[in-house]
Amino acid sequence: MAAATPAATPAAGADAGPSHGLRIFSIWLPLAVIADLLIWIVWGPHLPPGAMSSSASNQQFDIKVMAVLAAPVMLFVLTYFSYALITWRQREGDTEDGPPLHGNTRVQASWITITAGIVLSLFVFGTVELVSSHGAGAGEGPSPIWKPGGTPLQVQVIAQQWKFTYRYPQFGGFETTQLVLPEGQWVAFNVTSLDVIHSFWAYQLGVKADANPGSDNVAYTKPELQGRFVVRCSELCGLWHGAMFDYGRVVSPSAFRSWADATRVQLAAVTKILPPYATTYDPTVIPQLNKALVKAGIGGANGYYYPPQDPVQP
Amino acid sequence: MSLPVRIATLAVAFVAVAVGVAFVVVHYLLGGLPVESFGSGVRPDTGAQVNVVMQEDPQNTVTSKPDWVSYFIKSPTTGAWVHTTLFTVPAGSKINMTILGYDGCTPLRNNYFSRVTGTIGNVIDVNGKPTSVINSWSGCNVGHTFSIPALNLNVPMATPSLTASLCGTSPCTSGPHTVVTFSFMTPRHAGNFIWQCRVPCGGGFLDGFGGPMQTIGFMMGNMQVVA
Repeated sequence: MAAATPAATPAAGADAGPSHGLRIFSIWLPLAVIADLLIWIVWGPHLPPGAMSSSASNQQFDIKVMAVLAAPVMLFVLTYFSYALITWRQREGDTEDGPPLHGNTRVQASWITITAGIVLSLFVFGTVELVSSHGAGAGEGPSPIWKPGGTPLQVQVIAQQWKFTYRYPQFGGFETTQLVLPEGQWVAFNVTSLDVIHSFWAYQLGVKADANPGSDNVAYTKPELQGRFVVRCSELCGLWHGAMFDYGRVVSPSAFRSWADATRVQLAAVTKILPPYATTYDPTVIPQLNKALVKAGIGGANGYYYPPQDPVQP
Repeated sequence: MSLPVRIATLAVAFVAVAVGVAFVVVHYLLGGLPVESFGSGVRPDTGAQVNVVMQEDPQNTVTSKPDWVSYFIKSPTTGAWVHTTLFTVPAGSKINMTILGYDGCTPLRNNYFSRVTGTIGNVIDVNGKPTSVINSWSGCNVGHTFSIPALNLNVPMATPSLTASLCGTSPCTSGPHTVVTFSFMTPRHAGNFIWQCRVPCGGGFLDGFGGPMQTIGFMMGNMQVVA
């Protein structure tokens, strides 16, 4: 950095040549402006995860802001590097060593101030974005701090090797392998697991929440565009973790209502044999088991199939 | 150390490594389970019917894991029961599946999978009786499932009674068992479709998941659809 400033070294001062700092700034400024405009206007709308939901839009906005901030920094480094290579390269016949470098208080102070300012601004920006977007689509644990107003649609995400199922407690508690959401309504995902650790990742919705057994991990989002989105498990969960994915749909509120009502009726027989809706389900106990099974010692992981010495290693 | 000794040591080390690599390649990479081919000669995409017969056992006494529950496939060419869970079927065909359920009951962790899905009519026949739901929590009636997630196929496997004395040597040829039959259509395109059991039947592993549940040749496998 010191070499860029004429006052930094006696040699630079002795040159009394052009102001290198001004030259570098003149090259860097238009490049930075052009890059930022391109990022914001051309590239920005295509940045992941898109704009299918409130969380996705917020994440895209955050990435745009980061990119707009990062591009000038990166361009400054590249500009300075290129300028230095060209201007201060070793000339033919020049066998002298370069001038000794000493500290430059102005440059050092500027560097510390600017970088500290950027980092602290990003800290504040990140915090505000987390709060204003009601958790930014991430799992907030069982007691979310940031909640949207009103009553969101509750969708319980139940993970198990290697399939997600979805439960709709506001529609009689039916469970299905289809994830259908209404456009324009806040959704609360209650994410849990019945076996190992999974992670619910609705990519285009910008929602990602760990699915832990015995834990209710809540994430919020508001779908804003109709269409299909992909759901993947993003936690290595066993041999066929890679096959643990499916597709969800965002539909109009009326279409959602019709689907929910029809599915509720269609799955009524299965809903009857499901446990009552709860935010978590103990994978080792099935309290609804038939008495004959319990008497025979078959009661989930506490039963005959999984003796006290379990788990044992093969 | 003399030069001949050093050369000999190097040669021995080289041979040891080469043998180790060859063992890994032959034993693990090339020595997989056999793949049973169903419907060879059947033209894909014609809706032709292909019969597949399997059985699920309380053990697998033909392997080094005799206490692991396991599926077996009946070879379409020899009629013998084969220790494998890999098979091929033609695309666009109707698969008539028969599974003999020799194993006892274990409740499903998620009783949603008591429901039959993905078969033609969303029904199965259990000992000849049409069924669409087998509640695994209401009695000793579900041992495993045969599930192909990508086809939304889920079939709970009915079991013999709670007090039945189960077959003790696999592949089972006698003993109390259920006969579950169902049909489903294969996709019109080629592809690999994993199948698995959803009952936590990996006894000896944390909460029943692990071991045979995650090992090809036991409670999971692959259906390759050939176009």
